[in-house]
Amino acid sequence: MTTYLLRRMAFLVISLLLASTVLFLLLRLLPGDPANSLLSVGASPEQIAAARHQIGSDRPLPEQFVTWLGQMATFDLGTSFISTLPVGPEIASRLVVTVPLTLLAFLLAVVVAVPVGFVAAHRSNRWYGPLLNGVSQLGIAVPVFWVGMLLIAAFALYFHILPAGGFPQDDWTNPGDALTSLVLPVVTIALVMSASLIRYVRSATVDVLDSDYLRTFRALGSSFTMAMWRHGLRNAAVPVVSILGIELATTFLGAVVVESVFALPGLGSMLAKAIAQHDYPIVQGVLFVSTFGVLVIGFIADLVQRLIDPRLRGTLSRSAR
Amino acid sequence: MNRKTTSLFGAAIALALALTACGGTGDGAGTKSTSPASSSNTDATIGIGSLYEPQNLDNTAGGGQGVTEAFNGNVYEGLFRLTDDGKVENLLAKDYKVGSDGLTYTFTLRDGVKFHSGDPLTSADVKYSIEKVTADGSQSARKSSFAVIKKIETPDDHTVTVTLSSKSISFVYNLSYIWIINDQAKNLATTEDGTGPYKLGTWKRGASLTLDRFPGYWGTAATNKQVVFHYYTDATALNNALLTNAVDVVTSEQSPDALAQFANNANYKVNNGHSTTKLLLAFNDRKAPFDKPLVRKAVTSAIDNKKLLNSIWGEYGTLIGSMVPPTDPWYEDLTKVNPYDLNLAKKQLADAGYPSGFSFTLDTPNYDPHPTAATFIKSELAKVGITVKINVITADEWYTKVYKNRDFAATMQEHVNDRDVVWYGDPEFYWGYDNPQVTAWVKQAEESDTAEAQTELLKKVNQQIAADAASDWLYLYPQIVVASSKLSGYPLNGLNSQFYAYGIKKA
Repeated sequence: MTTYLLRRMAFLVISLLLASTVLFLLLRLLPGDPANSLLSVGASPEQIAAARHQIGSDRPLPEQFVTWLGQMATFDLGTSFISTLPVGPEIASRLVVTVPLTLLAFLLAVVVAVPVGFVAAHRSNRWYGPLLNGVSQLGIAVPVFWVGMLLIAAFALYFHILPAGGFPQDDWTNPGDALTSLVLPVVTIALVMSASLIRYVRSATVDVLDSDYLRTFRALGSSFTMAMWRHGLRNAAVPVVSILGIELATTFLGAVVVESVFALPGLGSMLAKAIAQHDYPIVQGVLFVSTFGVLVIGFIADLVQRLIDPRLRGTLSRSAR
Repeated sequence: MNRKTTSLFGAAIALALALTACGGTGDGAGTKSTSPASSSNTDATIGIGSLYEPQNLDNTAGGGQGVTEAFNGNVYEGLFRLTDDGKVENLLAKDYKVGSDGLTYTFTLRDGVKFHSGDPLTSADVKYSIEKVTADGSQSARKSSFAVIKKIETPDDHTVTVTLSSKSISFVYNLSYIWIINDQAKNLATTEDGTGPYKLGTWKRGASLTLDRFPGYWGTAATNKQVVFHYYTDATALNNALLTNAVDVVTSEQSPDALAQFANNANYKVNNGHSTTKLLLAFNDRKAPFDKPLVRKAVTSAIDNKKLLNSIWGEYGTLIGSMVPPTDPWYEDLTKVNPYDLNLAKKQLADAGYPSGFSFTLDTPNYDPHPTAATFIKSELAKVGITVKINVITADEWYTKVYKNRDFAATMQEHVNDRDVVWYGDPEFYWGYDNPQVTAWVKQAEESDTAEAQTELLKKVNQQIAADAASDWLYLYPQIVVASSKLSGYPLNGLNSQFYAYGIKKA
């Protein structure tokens, strides 16, 4: 297991470095100049040159790359072209919104999707099994911003019980306020996320229900509940966990639409704005952090799968030797 | 390197020059007449909703429209302030004298003015602040207006003397755009040290910016304790915030469709003020076919601007027929110069040598209202045989392709500033309108001895560019401030994106 961990770590570092380098080059291939964001209509050629010099976009690409690499080596994410603030703390200030938003939505989605998916599979012969399945299909088709707008219309504009958007200025100083402002965005993301999760849980359950080992265990006299608990859950969990990892990673950055609808100062909206302004240090910083996050989530998903399924553990420790 | 900048300054996509001061120091012209102020609370916090978050807090380093909105007059003050009717009023300057040659300006500073850091205002701060705008690395949109400054002297702590290289009747007016900043201040992109009625509280990037009433303010204190600018990227989210009382006022309503829900609701007031933002169909006057005035006139006459304005803004907005909005002193109604007339347009096209029309590419910024307007223009021009290819570009590409490289046939752009007709006097400007007579008039106007003479000359400029259809001025935007009916004393015109908050009262 230790060897496995070390190998995974090395893989993580190399992936990060590769991803960041590709990103650095891709960003520079985009048409346009970050200096433009600093200018107004009426800027003279001297002002344009000064802006380019200030942010360093007039320097040759290899030189920019070396500077950037040097910064990365010292864990310095640089400073924003536009706001001149250091990127690290800027990202940290967005993570206090994005991380709770993602995790809460994720938990809620799992809590909803697992039982619903199970029932949809187990009771596929009753009227509500196919109904649940159909509703989840519909959920996949519905765009997330529309769900958000409907929830706002109902709970904020009509019933006035929840805020329409925004996040407290003092972040989590008053956890009640912060949580209240996250309720609708969390529900929005969770609804859409659980729709697809239900389908995975359902198909994983169907596989287990049809399996030979479950039938054998039942034939030996075990109750259905016991059989599911001892064998069904574990087997069904393996594919679901890997999907969960992917879903979580997608939500981490994919919350940009929800952030815009609910006016939340999260990582996604920061990235979208920085891309529009060609604020490369911010873009690189956000993607660095999110790449890191995604790799870690993948790592955890892998680990959890190995804890659930001893067969995977066996294969990997052998190959590690 | 102290080369004189040549281009005239101007319109701005992301920038805003302050224009009209509304509301004076609290209860002036901008105050609503239906004022429930008697029961107002001087400890109130006012929530202001806006779509324009500052990029940074320095207006000479690309802070953009957002920092003008939040800081102009609120955190920073100039030597002068512009009143609602466009007149210049003394602010940090107690008074000033102009020498008999018209080149020497002597300003006397107001006594007892303190910066937020506690430092007193001195002439050295004024010199520093002006030089910050004219410095080599300055991104100020007003930089070239001050190219006429030859030297700045500070004979004593209360006196500043500025010598110009040529006469400039707009000099004092232009000074109202210069923030007076403490010369000891550091990190101006993220902090401030001004003299205004508010000091910066916290700036939570991506969300809000808080201004707190400054207890040491030299003038009349703000009528509220705190204002919080809440920033939105989505107009619907902004409107929802107003509907749920998360904000009290929206500085500039940009979604016409949303107005009905406020207009029919007694809890809100929709205010229709004056704007200086013009939507232009700007031709590249250097290149065929738009180098011929007759072609430009034909295109202008072929587009029904009234129908366009109506389809985008409904009953709001104004047609102007030129570059000059009604709030500029040299305004006159020129909508009849190139009337909407398809037969006239066809005749002009034939006379110009294009009896069967032509085809051109319209570089269209990808944000509202440009794509909608471009589609409308395309269908209008098809009626006179002109084929429009719409090329949608980002604001950034617009800068590089159109503004810097002038690689375009025609484009669309919003020009937000007041008094910006003078750009037609600069043949180097992106649209390339080159009429030596107009250039001479613009120069003479700037060197006039009286405002009357200046107005007279700029009227001639305006008539000439309309006669030449230098661009097609599609319409003037409305300026719509939507507020809770509990609020009073807010600026109605908020022109050029400034938003004086110190007179706002909440019942």
